[in-house]
Amino acid sequence: MSEAHTQKALELATDTHPHKMSNYINAIVAAETEELERDENVILIGEDLAVYGASGAFGAVGAKQIWGAPISENSFCGMAVGAAMTGLRPIVDLSIASFMYLASDQIINQASKLRYMTGGQMQVPVVFRCVMFHNSSVAAQHSDRPYPLYMNAPGLKVLAPSTPVDAKGLLKSAVRDDDPVVIFEDSSLWPSKELVSTDPDYLIPIGKAAIKKAGHDVTLVSISGCLPHAMAAADALEKEGISVEVIDPRTLVPLDKNTIIRSVAKTGRLVIADFANRTCNAASEIAAIVVEEAFESLKKPIQRVTTPDVHIPFSPIMEKPLYPNKERMIAAIKKIL
Amino acid sequence: MNLNKDQQLEMYRRMQRIRQFEEAIRPQMEEGNIPGVCHTSCGQEAAIVGACMALRDDDSMTGTHRSHGHPIGKGANLNGLMAELMGKTTGICKGRGGSMHLADSSVGIVGESSIVGGGIPLATGCGLSAHVRGTDQVSLCFFGDGASNQGTFHESINMAAVWKLPVIYFCENNLYALSTSVAQSHGQPDIAKRAVGYGIPGVIVDGQDAHAVYEVTRTAVERARRGDGPTLIEAKTYRFDEHEAGLHIPGDPYRPTEEVEDYKKNRDPLVLYKNTLQDSGINDTEITTVEQSVQQVVAEAIAFALESPLPEPGDVYDYMFSNPINYPAKTPV
Repeated sequence: MSEAHTQKALELATDTHPHKMSNYINAIVAAETEELERDENVILIGEDLAVYGASGAFGAVGAKQIWGAPISENSFCGMAVGAAMTGLRPIVDLSIASFMYLASDQIINQASKLRYMTGGQMQVPVVFRCVMFHNSSVAAQHSDRPYPLYMNAPGLKVLAPSTPVDAKGLLKSAVRDDDPVVIFEDSSLWPSKELVSTDPDYLIPIGKAAIKKAGHDVTLVSISGCLPHAMAAADALEKEGISVEVIDPRTLVPLDKNTIIRSVAKTGRLVIADFANRTCNAASEIAAIVVEEAFESLKKPIQRVTTPDVHIPFSPIMEKPLYPNKERMIAAIKKIL
Repeated sequence: MNLNKDQQLEMYRRMQRIRQFEEAIRPQMEEGNIPGVCHTSCGQEAAIVGACMALRDDDSMTGTHRSHGHPIGKGANLNGLMAELMGKTTGICKGRGGSMHLADSSVGIVGESSIVGGGIPLATGCGLSAHVRGTDQVSLCFFGDGASNQGTFHESINMAAVWKLPVIYFCENNLYALSTSVAQSHGQPDIAKRAVGYGIPGVIVDGQDAHAVYEVTRTAVERARRGDGPTLIEAKTYRFDEHEAGLHIPGDPYRPTEEVEDYKKNRDPLVLYKNTLQDSGINDTEITTVEQSVQQVVAEAIAFALESPLPEPGDVYDYMFSNPINYPAKTPV
């Protein structure tokens, strides 16, 4: 049994509940609904939540658990921090990832720092969710993939799930974690479907990477929404006799570097695909770690497949080629074979 | 006046504790025992203590970079505060916070924010939390005239008004945001008038009069506990020291020397409150006893802080996470 299969088997070993075919967005709504129902101290804050509430998406949760907020991102994020320090476990829905900049003061200066600055007196169990809407012709102010900024803010746990199972299991782990967690979802993954556990206590652990496809010729680390492209690249190369191991870190902070280093020790080659802008992105950090800690394993230079350092244009003909895709990943892999 | 004699003496005791704590800092800074900067609350004691005395121990509170007065006003032990100023392991924040961040959770403080206006959403969230959990706790939010120009002021008070949250927004208007006067930075001088825009009560009070501050805060607290929502209180007060202790600002003074001297001579909240105590029949011996007992407590706090150990540099990673995963924290947390 491959390592990937072993891991999957371990995750499912204790899961006797039925599974339900679910797409990525419905898995997230299910995670929120289950956590709201499980614990009355879990609350949801964000803009236009009434749209979901009115359609019954959140089920029969308490009247005080859903807070549809005015357009005041910085302050409702800070309110969630204050509420988290006094007994609640808020989930903040920031909808579009670019809006997270508006709330960075409260997320970085308060949420991430308050436990440390109070010498451990405070606990800040808050979750900030946002969705990255790149490749959607919504131009630069709605298309950011800003997780690297938050990786550089110590004190936050930074998650980037790429499948329905991971999105549900990681969001639920985040709600139950006692530290501030930032989750970056990818709208391009919304239609992707798989069987998802209906066990309300089925969790994906924070800080654990997933080997999405086992292989031995090259390691392809895929961040967030790069995964379908990475899997397609691996499948195409398999037909040519090239075996690609696809690893999804799932958690960017704390990064499961051991899974990546073990894979590189086996393959000797590393390509990292990351939708974030090229400078100081998640791929940069992973490349630096592998060079520092596993340089001897490398047979060829590490390749990064990223979005260049440019604003996202509105016009699709300019936007589409900017992002990592199957062809660019295949080209990067072939370059170091 | 609903304060009994013991409460009045406690009010005076807390004001004295702030003043004497602050005055003890300067020599310790000069001797090199306190690193960094210190923003003192001398002159603002009546505003702080008058407001805090209207709270219960389990009510939440947030403060500012001028952070020494708030925990003392809410009743905190001085030892941990002084040790924190000296960066010791016994400091209330284990040497991770320092002068601008003397948050003491044992008296309900969830944060003293040195980002101006940063504590306003936190206090509002404490109010939301009390509401959701169904308690009758309230949240007291201290901020300054400078913070009233931050977006968090508008955003947070609006949300508290919409949701009728139990929050008391308490502006210590000491007339200057560092060197920038209210006249230079506000469209009109009364910050409490902005309450009209949120549909909540706005109250201006003499911040040098501890009883007056207590009364308006008590009214706001009762309103909040009833579920009727927030109040914006503006205490007109004055800072006796420079923005931070020992700060030298070159050029013409940004506030007239006569103004500073007038406040110190005629508007010192401790002198004014001592007069109030005497007027209400409390004799000088009892007052002197309070003053002397505070001297003793402050001296003990300094001795405690000086004798306390410094942190081990290698412990720097402790307290980063409640649930550290692959993180080099040494102390179990």
